[in-house]
Amino acid sequence: MDLLEYKGKQVLKRHDVPLSAGAPAATVDEAVAAAGEIGLPVVVKAQVKIGGRGKAGGIKLADSIEAVREHAEAILGMDIRGHTVHELWIEQATDIASEYYAAVVFDRSAKASLVMLSTQGGMDIEQVAAESPDALATLHIDPLVGFQPFHGRRLAFEAGVDADVVRPVADMLATLYAAYEGEDATLVEINPLVITPDRRVIALDAKVTLDDNAAFRHPEHALLDDAGSGGDPQEQMAKERGLTYVKLDGDIGIFGNGAGLVMSTLDVVAHAGGAPANFLDAGGGAKAEAIAASVDVILSNPNVKAVLFNVFGGITRCDEVARGIIDAYAILKPTVPFVVRLDGTNDVEARRLLADANLPNVHAEATMDGAAARVVELARGGGCS
Amino acid sequence: MSIIVGDDTRLVVSGLTGREGTYHALNNRRYGTNVVAGVTPGKGGQDVEGIPVFNTFRAAVAETDANTAMIFVPARFAADSILEAQDAGIATIIAITEGIPAHDELKVFNVLRHNPEVRLVGPNCPGVLSPGKANVGIIPAQFFKPGNVGVVSRSGTLTYQIGNELARSGFGNSTIVGIGGDPVPGSSFVDVIELFQADPETELIVMSGEIGGSAEEEAAAYVAENVTKPVVAYIAGLTAPPGRTMGHAGAIVSGSSGGGQAKIDALEAVGVRVGRTPTQVAEIAMEILGA
Repeated sequence: MDLLEYKGKQVLKRHDVPLSAGAPAATVDEAVAAAGEIGLPVVVKAQVKIGGRGKAGGIKLADSIEAVREHAEAILGMDIRGHTVHELWIEQATDIASEYYAAVVFDRSAKASLVMLSTQGGMDIEQVAAESPDALATLHIDPLVGFQPFHGRRLAFEAGVDADVVRPVADMLATLYAAYEGEDATLVEINPLVITPDRRVIALDAKVTLDDNAAFRHPEHALLDDAGSGGDPQEQMAKERGLTYVKLDGDIGIFGNGAGLVMSTLDVVAHAGGAPANFLDAGGGAKAEAIAASVDVILSNPNVKAVLFNVFGGITRCDEVARGIIDAYAILKPTVPFVVRLDGTNDVEARRLLADANLPNVHAEATMDGAAARVVELARGGGCS
Repeated sequence: MSIIVGDDTRLVVSGLTGREGTYHALNNRRYGTNVVAGVTPGKGGQDVEGIPVFNTFRAAVAETDANTAMIFVPARFAADSILEAQDAGIATIIAITEGIPAHDELKVFNVLRHNPEVRLVGPNCPGVLSPGKANVGIIPAQFFKPGNVGVVSRSGTLTYQIGNELARSGFGNSTIVGIGGDPVPGSSFVDVIELFQADPETELIVMSGEIGGSAEEEAAAYVAENVTKPVVAYIAGLTAPPGRTMGHAGAIVSGSSGGGQAKIDALEAVGVRVGRTPTQVAEIAMEILGA
């Protein structure tokens, strides 16, 4: 789960990461009230999960209440690279002497956590890493040892931070690592990490990603989830039904079981010249009811012109899938063609059930490649029966 | 021969008394796997259809000489169970459980890094099947027969799909290894390919990868230096959009790394033939082995 800046900061605050005072606001009046409490000047910051907010006009300094009102009105509802602004973070303005960069990342290839520090913050860190790799100090941390004070000092000296802030920067890294580990995060990124003219170190922005698999250890994380606001309607519907669904741009609905097989199905459809409308993994042992619920989600996307069912029955029984398709057909009365490829456990029985049901516009295919070719043809409007 | 599991396997199942654990452990036993024990804290002394249950892995190993563990407990207990199995001296641990927290997996991996004689397969994997000998996990064994093709895969159903296409073309398998779709797998493609290269029964290696991470690129580099047997590959997720999780936590493309085409290029550059669909994989295998 990716967190909005202010929710990330709520998490970091629990681990004593130094931050500027601030308050969230969902309306212009709330923004004005927050500014009144915090004290002027403040920064009005759009809360969206995408970079480049500043350039898009989503971050504005306000030194009067009128300016707060004006900026809040302009930014709320603004579209930033496809993300609508529903919330603001009103933050005490911070004077900046230097902008650094700090991050703790889950490095899957090294099988360790990676802590990074650079004095070239405030810009795209991938560019820094590519153009001047020496400017980015990095260190892998063994989870059995944890982050030790010397790790922080080493990074601070290697990154070349100003001598008088080596200790507070090293301390800051320790708090970031504590938050990363303690909250089961897979990413904590601070860009910029600022040094103020009076030599304090402050995390001015925060990008935090939490591991959903660790939610059982952190019941309070449920409050940080805002996927329901402004999310895609099909993805929202799928989430409520416990399905793994990702919306895509095409017009061919996809139903499959097992993440790898569904990814492969998307590829085979693209290989045949089609464009999938979604990824949907019904999981292992999917029962008829769950199948009907899945089909409902797929068909609720108005772009869908045909649906491909591609199932290999391991734990999942193909006859259950066939019954699910027949039930779904009766309830939903689809107007688009279905192509069905079922292979594996009880596949013969499944094909017999489908043949007996004799549903109009439901086409059985024997192979994945053949099914993909058929569904692409049907989505283009050819070969209707 | 076969790899990881076989005639010598003496299996202890953690989570044997749970519904899923019971179902799959008995299924494995029916296949011929020697299931010698179960571990459930507090249920020591009971049995599941004749399989004795112990409170600890230590007791199970002491009484039954178990040498392989299958982990079937819920995600919140799984890392602890893997660590307990390795602490009891179990050398092969196969973790089926999905949804284990990333930090737990990291801890387990780094403990095992200091204990190189222990092999972990998974977590979040379908298990390991050596047709005709032993099945540990949830792979539907009825689709596979003994033979000379070794399969290693990050995905369960895709493994069955590819295995079934191979079977239809007349091939059997030495061993099928699901390494799982998580970001920190206990065994990598390289680990398993090394075993297949050394296994006299395996004549062709099929690896089924997917987008995300760099395990396929590492496998390509390893194959170039160390593998003399033919390798055929498949990569799923070529058309998946970057930055989205497609069910497998490991299958996420971030920035320019982990993309499908880069993996195909890396594999083809070292002479590994890559099928563009699961069917093509079987066709290439047929060409190579001349079936």
